[in-house]
Order: sequence, then structure tokens, then C-alpha cells
Amino acid sequence: MSLPRPTDYGTPAKESDKYVTLEIDGVEITVPAGTSIMRAAQMIDHPIPKLCATDSIDAFGSCRLCLVEIEGRRGYPASCTTPADNGLKVKTQTPKLAEIRKGVMEMYISDHPLDCLTCSANGNCELQDMTGVVGLREVRYGMNGANHFTAGSDLFMEQDTSNPYFTYDASKCIVCNRCVRACEEVQGTFALTIDGRGFDSRVSPGQMEDFMGSECVSCGACVQACPTATLMENGVIEHGQAEQSTTTTCAYCGVGCSFNVETKGEQIVRLVPDKEGGANHGHSCIKGRFAWSYATHPDRIKTPKIRKSIDDPWQEVSWEEAINYAASEFKRIQAKYGRDSVGGLVSSRCTNEEGYVVQKLVRAAFGNNNVDTCARVCHSPTGYGLKQTIGESAGTQTFDSVMKSDVIMVIGCNPTDGHPVFGSLMKKRLRQGAKLIVVDPRAIDLVESPHIKADVHIPLKPGTNVAVVTAMAHVIMTEGLHQEAYIQERCDIDSYNMWKEFVSRKENSPEALEAEIGVSAKLIREAAHLYATGGNGAIYYGLGVTEHSQGSTTVIGIANLAMATGNVGREGVGINPLRGQNNVQGSCDMGSFPHELPGYRHVSDTTARMQFEAAWNVTLNPEPGLRIPNMFEAALDSTFMGLYCEGEDIVQSDPNTQHVEAALRAMECVVVQDIFLNETAKFAHVLLPGATFLEKSGTFTNAERRISPVRRVMTPVAGYEDWEVTQMLSNALGYPMNYKHASEIMDEIASLTPTFTGVSFEKLDKLGSVQWPCNDAAPEGTPTMHIDAFVRGKGRFMNTLYVPTDEKVNARFPLILTTGRILSQYNVGAQTRRTANQEFHAEDVLEIHPSDAEARGIKDGDWVGITSRAGETVLRAVVAERMQAGVVYTTFHHPFSGANVITTDNSDWATNCPEYKVTAVEITKVTQPSEWQQRYREFSRQQEDFLVNAVAKV
Amino acid sequence: MSHSSGPDSLIKMANQIGSFFDSFTDRELARNEVAKHLSRFWDPRMRRAIMAYDTEHQDNNALMPIVREALSTMPAPPPNN
Repeated sequence: MSLPRPTDYGTPAKESDKYVTLEIDGVEITVPAGTSIMRAAQMIDHPIPKLCATDSIDAFGSCRLCLVEIEGRRGYPASCTTPADNGLKVKTQTPKLAEIRKGVMEMYISDHPLDCLTCSANGNCELQDMTGVVGLREVRYGMNGANHFTAGSDLFMEQDTSNPYFTYDASKCIVCNRCVRACEEVQGTFALTIDGRGFDSRVSPGQMEDFMGSECVSCGACVQACPTATLMENGVIEHGQAEQSTTTTCAYCGVGCSFNVETKGEQIVRLVPDKEGGANHGHSCIKGRFAWSYATHPDRIKTPKIRKSIDDPWQEVSWEEAINYAASEFKRIQAKYGRDSVGGLVSSRCTNEEGYVVQKLVRAAFGNNNVDTCARVCHSPTGYGLKQTIGESAGTQTFDSVMKSDVIMVIGCNPTDGHPVFGSLMKKRLRQGAKLIVVDPRAIDLVESPHIKADVHIPLKPGTNVAVVTAMAHVIMTEGLHQEAYIQERCDIDSYNMWKEFVSRKENSPEALEAEIGVSAKLIREAAHLYATGGNGAIYYGLGVTEHSQGSTTVIGIANLAMATGNVGREGVGINPLRGQNNVQGSCDMGSFPHELPGYRHVSDTTARMQFEAAWNVTLNPEPGLRIPNMFEAALDSTFMGLYCEGEDIVQSDPNTQHVEAALRAMECVVVQDIFLNETAKFAHVLLPGATFLEKSGTFTNAERRISPVRRVMTPVAGYEDWEVTQMLSNALGYPMNYKHASEIMDEIASLTPTFTGVSFEKLDKLGSVQWPCNDAAPEGTPTMHIDAFVRGKGRFMNTLYVPTDEKVNARFPLILTTGRILSQYNVGAQTRRTANQEFHAEDVLEIHPSDAEARGIKDGDWVGITSRAGETVLRAVVAERMQAGVVYTTFHHPFSGANVITTDNSDWATNCPEYKVTAVEITKVTQPSEWQQRYREFSRQQEDFLVNAVAKV
Repeated sequence: MSHSSGPDSLIKMANQIGSFFDSFTDRELARNEVAKHLSRFWDPRMRRAIMAYDTEHQDNNALMPIVREALSTMPAPPPNN
């Protein structure tokens, strides 16, 4: 028995102030104007047969199956393209309609293989359903005419199995166009078309290419839209139709898509994006939908392990022994070096509940505040900058808000690669006519892609974001484009006056800063005019803003722009940080920073501290602890000697790898809790098996503050969810924790965090998800923040003086390296590298502009050495026009690429967020890997041997 | 064996903080903000180290004046445990 499909209304929901009332099959119904008759009929449970219609895409009117009769109208209009109207009397079933539909189905079936019993869609096929619904009993034309299914015949096409995740079988295509329209309307890639005419027509990726050779980004929208087995997940082809479905939340990027995990027992068949998902509304990307096989990869760590030194082989031990060993080591180190000599790291890949218990362990069991999260290296400047200016360390909007934006400014983010599902939504709005400003050194896809073109692209020199936002503020204030009444009502006037005077100075004009920025003043003025006067203005930004020595300054500058133009506090506007990992927002909310308790309350805040002291029955330290880079420095000073690291890979993801390696080698006990032997685990003394998101319960909080449930569909490979492991460690350290289920941890969070008081697993089951603040004032959550006033009270303007980074180019290092991400790989790649996503991106490459390449005698595909003040590595070069001259680019998804061997210790002034985006380098043609790569490969090989040859302790 | 960068990185970080607030026209506000930032975000061992550097280097001091002014207003951090 296959799973029931969610109700398909055939055409999308319409929003309107006007309502119309009509009668369908004698039943009266009132719907928003613009609603199709098909949708209205489904709403009263009178489904009209259909094939080319589905409610994720606009009506098309091609299959002729959904015809209806309307009293007083001639003919048989298609219900999908006919809007409901006042007074209509519609009949969905009449003898004439039945005859027409049967005739239509007969034509379809005459060119369809009758292999239903062995077809992968058997039991879940709309063509099969419709054939049954219309009561087709014979095909009078026979099955021997020209057709697409007889192997070897003229029209037959071999199956396209080029994509590792789905198969295209043209013989089953009914040319309903749903895949083509999903690719256009939902995903916005325009990779598919219909090739040929009339009976010859077939779906074609590109110009009759195979899927892998085409523009297809493997989001799966076409597979989901297909009513037959023409486009089918390989999981279904292999395993058959699923029997259970569990709704959970994706563990990849900060969009936080909701998925239905379809299983048979504990065997996953496929993941299907949830139509009800608040963040994704039924859409997905290649990672979320397809890249989950890492969960059952043979590399998974299945048993706890310990060793005295990282030069020793691992010993397999029981959970009890591993936990007791780790606890005894932490106690020994604290006795020898002091209470503040150990700490913990929380990953943004872990759940809120896991993050909460790790920071609780550090603060209560270790007795210090040395806890940090990988948000340190991505969005810590967002936390600081937004708290200072508007009073809350979070984005102001929902994702859906973008559909009401008139001007979208994208600065330092690349949504189509980094946040693809939101990128698709943004592209949808841009196709509807919203204006676009892109501030990015590279010509990212949004600058120009099918049916999208940026109105202004500012290809700034890396490191000059502050100059751009300050110059834009100068234009807005000196030309009077600001919203004075909004500012007077909502903002702190002293700070406003100081800032206004500051940005109005001549030295902050676009003309004064254009040489620094490398972009004409005219273009910056144009951007400022468009943002300030184009209607609802929304700013979206990412790590291209935060990962700079002035990351926090740019965040503040963005807030200044939004406040000055009145673009905060309603739909369509706002300040929107696109978070890197799935739970960056959540890990920050949960008090994973060394200076803040859950809910962003500083550890020096006596009231907040006393509340936690009472609940946790401990005395808390009122002084801030060490941040990640400070921990490394302290390790090299021998004052920080033990680390509990859950779900993070600091060796691969943090800058200046050799410095990180040295710091870890200096520590006496490193405990890594992870699903794989990641790069950090190679420096560990205790290895505790972690659980994937499919193996645990909890919640993730996405970039729009949406708390969504993570539900367990498989047993953890090593028996425990991650919070249970932390709990065992805490108990062994002598601080008791006694949670029976993740929901109890959320209950504790809710009891101690004012913005979470209304959150519970029960509520999430009921509502699907909820956006914090969720409390008595907003029991169902808060989609848009700062509506009547800023959370801070009065919005605070702050001066944003442009200070060039210390990382300067010179004769020795004449180029700037900037780093980023690509669609198919995720962060350090530990997950995606262990899936077929490898086929899409097997190695990190260095992108270099043709003129820089030519000057160095470098050709496409050459091995090149990249040298910075911090180190050297070797990658393959790709000569790319989308780079500007003087700037090179790479990703950091593969450990041996050593992208972070080159990045430096420079960091954001306020938060120590590393300056990943600007490193001065030189590029030379080479013939062999760098010394670090050779050394690291050897080290890595040895560490993998230590794991493979781990022996059970006797 | 690598070593920590000693006071150098702390000096650099403190001056970066100083540079941000130095553009505030209200000098007292700027000084208080620098002091507040150091107190709220720097672990006591880091604050102790930068204060020790400042005290030990009355001449040839690499810290910005605004940072030195801020440090002079800050209480001695508690000892680390």
C-alpha cells in the first residue's frame, strides 16, 4: 500500500480582498477572486480529473481532462484556466464530460507502455488514477501504431540515467509540461524544454542533452511534478513505494526546509519536500532532497574510542569507559591548570536542544563560560551588529516577505548556490518585476541568469563593503532620500544626529571612496537612489558581509540604511541575514556564545544569571569566556588544555589551519563527538559517535527564526542521540542531567528564555513550525519583527568608518583570494562528500580571471600554487570571466584542498569572526602538491589507519 | 612547535575596536564603549594581558590613545580559576 498523496488543488491558492460565490454540483462555495474552478471544486471535495495541473505551478490547460460544463456558457471550458465567478453554476460530471474524458485518456494510453505492474510509479501514478477515474476499458486504436515505448522504434529513447538521483524514461512521458513549468516557475532554472512538435514532442534537458550535461541543478522539482514514472527517484525504482512518512527538517543550509522522509521500516526510500513547510512550501535543492545517503555510509563512527596520544592507534571501548575517561581527563586538566582551562564547542549543525545542553555542561559542569559555536566563524557579526542597532540578534522577516519587496539588495551572499530554495523564491519575485541590486566582487548567477538581470551590480574590491554602505548612506542623507518622520518616531535621536553628520562628510561620499571600492561613484549613487526610493526595500546578506575585519561594521551599516529609509517593521522590507548552516540562528539563540546565556542575555546580567543559577542549582561565572580563536591562542599559551567539540570540524573550517593544528596538538585532551572521523577528530583523544538528523529528535531554527521539528526516523548507529551523550558526560563530571527526551530540554529552554516561553514540541506538532518570539504576547510566533517599535526601544545609528583591512596586496602577494560555497557541497563536505553529490563537485578549484592567468602563463586545468602570508596550497585552476581581474576564488569543501591553510588570523574587530573573504596571495604554476598537502596526506593516512585498525580494549 | 602570538594579536584586536569607536564625536562615549566592549567580550586573561602590556609600556606603546584611555577606566579583571 503506497502512501496517500497530499491533496492537490490543481492550481495555486490566490490572495484577494474580493471574494466570489459560485455553485459547483449544487454546492455553494465562496473563494478569493482569481481562484480556478478546479481549485474551488477540490475545496468541496469534488476533485476534477486532471493531468497537466498541479497546485505548485500555474494552470496550463493542455490535457483537456478537466473540462466542465457551466450553465449558460457554450462548450466545455477547462476548469484549471477558468476563474470562479459570482453566480456560476458548474457541473463537474455529466455524461458528455465522461465521454470526452474517456476519449482523452484513450489517446494518452495508446502511447503509453502497459507495464503498470512492474512500473516504479505503480500505486502512485496520476495517469493510472485518471485512467481508473474515467473508466477507460479499451484502447480502440490498439498499441501497435507509432509510439514512444517500443524499444528500437523510431521514437523510442533510451532511459537517461546520467543523474545519480533520478531517472528519465521518455517512454512514459505524457508531455503534460509539468516538469518544464516546475523548472521555470518553482526552481527558476529554465533547464528543461519540450523538444519536437506534435506527436514527436518529448521533454528535453537543454537541447536534447542528458540531465547531467544540461543546466539542470538537480533540485528535483521536475521529479516531484511528474505525474507518471517518466521522472522518478532512483530510491523508489530500487526500493518500491514507501510505507511510512515522517515530517522533519533538513540539516543542510539555513533555509531549513521541511521534508517528508518516506521510509519502509528504517529504510529510507526518498525525501519529499513538504508542501506545508513554512520555509520551503514544497520546494527543495539537490542537497536536502537527495544527499542523505551519508547517514548509512560505511565511514560512520559506530563505537566510542580513546587513546592517550594522537600518535597512538585508537582503542575501541564501551560508552561507559569512553565517557569516564573523558570526564577524568577534564577533571585532571582542571585540577592542574585551573577551572578555566577547558571548554566546549557547539555546532550549528546540531539541534537547539543539543546546543543548549552543551553550553549548560560548560557553564554548570566545567564551571566556566568557555563555550562557543561555529557561528563565531560565520554570523557572529550579525549577532553583534543587529543587537547594537535594532536590539535583536536575528533577521527581521519571513522568507515569504520577499514576495512583497520592490527593491532587493543582495550583498555578500549568493542565494542560488548557498540558500537555493530561498534563491528560487527570490528569483520568482524578480521575474515578477522587483528591482535588484547586487553588491559582490563576482558576477554571481543573480547578476545575469535566465529572465533575471541585476539593475545595478557593484563589483566591489573584496574588503570594501563598509565603504559601499557608508557611501550609500551619504547619498541618502545628503540628497534627502531618508524617511525623517520614521527616524524621529522610532530612533535614538542623539545617535542619529551623530551618524548623520558623520556620513554626510565629504570623505564618505561615493566620489571620495570610489577608488577604494573600485566601482564608479555613479553606480553607487544609482544603487542608493534605487534602494531608498524604489518602494519596499529589503537587504539580504551573507558571509560576504560578516567574514571581514569590519564584518560587524557592515552589519551595522546595513541596519543604518534600513532604519534611515524606513525599511524595517513590515512585510517586504527588512534586514535579512542568510545563515550558513541549518541551525546557526538556533545555536546563537541557545546561549552558545561565551558571553551570553540563552536568549542573548549577557553573563554579567545579574537578573538573568540568578534565574539560571536557581534553575540549574549552580553558581555561574559572570565573566565572558574564550571565543574559538582565543581558545587556540590560550592553548598555545598553555592556559587552555581540554576541549569538548560536538559536531564541528575546526581543523578544516577555521582559518590558518597550521595554527589550529598547533593549538590542538598543544591540548592534553580533545574530545570529538561526530558522525565521521573528521579532520578535527584526527587530533582527538576521545572519539564519541554522533547521530545524524535522521537519528534524533529536536528542533532547528532557520534564518527567519523559524523553529522546526527534527524527528527521528532511524535508530542512532551507536545507540544515542547527541544530547544523551552530553548528558552522560555531564553526569560523569558530577553535574547531574536527567532528561528523558529532547522535548524536556525544550521545556527547560522555554521556562528560561523570554522569547521562547510559548514553544513546546506539542505546539510544533500542532502548528508545524513557529517563529520566535513565541510567548504570551505572540502565542503563534512572530513572522515580522519590530512592527511598531524596535526591540531595542529606539533604533540606534552608529558611525561606520571604513578602515581598510591589514591584509593588503603588495608585490609579493598581488592578488586577493576570496572564498565561498557551491550548490552541491555543504560546508566542510563531511556529509555531501559521502553522497553522489561528489559527481557534481569532486574537487575545490581556483577560479582566476583570464588576464591574471595569462600574465602567469596559467591555462585552464593547470595545477597552481597559492601562497599567502599564512601558508601555501595547490589547486587546479579554472580560468573564469566571472572573476574580476586581481581577485581569485575558491571553496573549502575538501580537506586536502587546504583553502584554510592560506587564510589568515585576521578577524572582525567586534567578534573575532575570521576574515575568510580577503587574503592577499600570489599564484604560480606548479607541478606537485604543497608541502602542507603532502604532510597532511601522510598524517591523514596514518590517522585513518589508526581508525581502521582500532582494537577492542581487553 | 608554534607559539601564541603573545600580546601582538591582542594589541591588534584592541586597536581594531578602538578604530571603530574612535569615529564617535563624543569622546567620552567612545571611551566608555571601548571599555564596555573589552569588558563584555574579552575573557579576563585577555584583559589582564592587555592591561599588563599597557602598564609595562608607558613609552613605545602600540595601543591607540582611545584604547589606553578606555583601559585606564577599567577595573582589574578577576583572576582566572
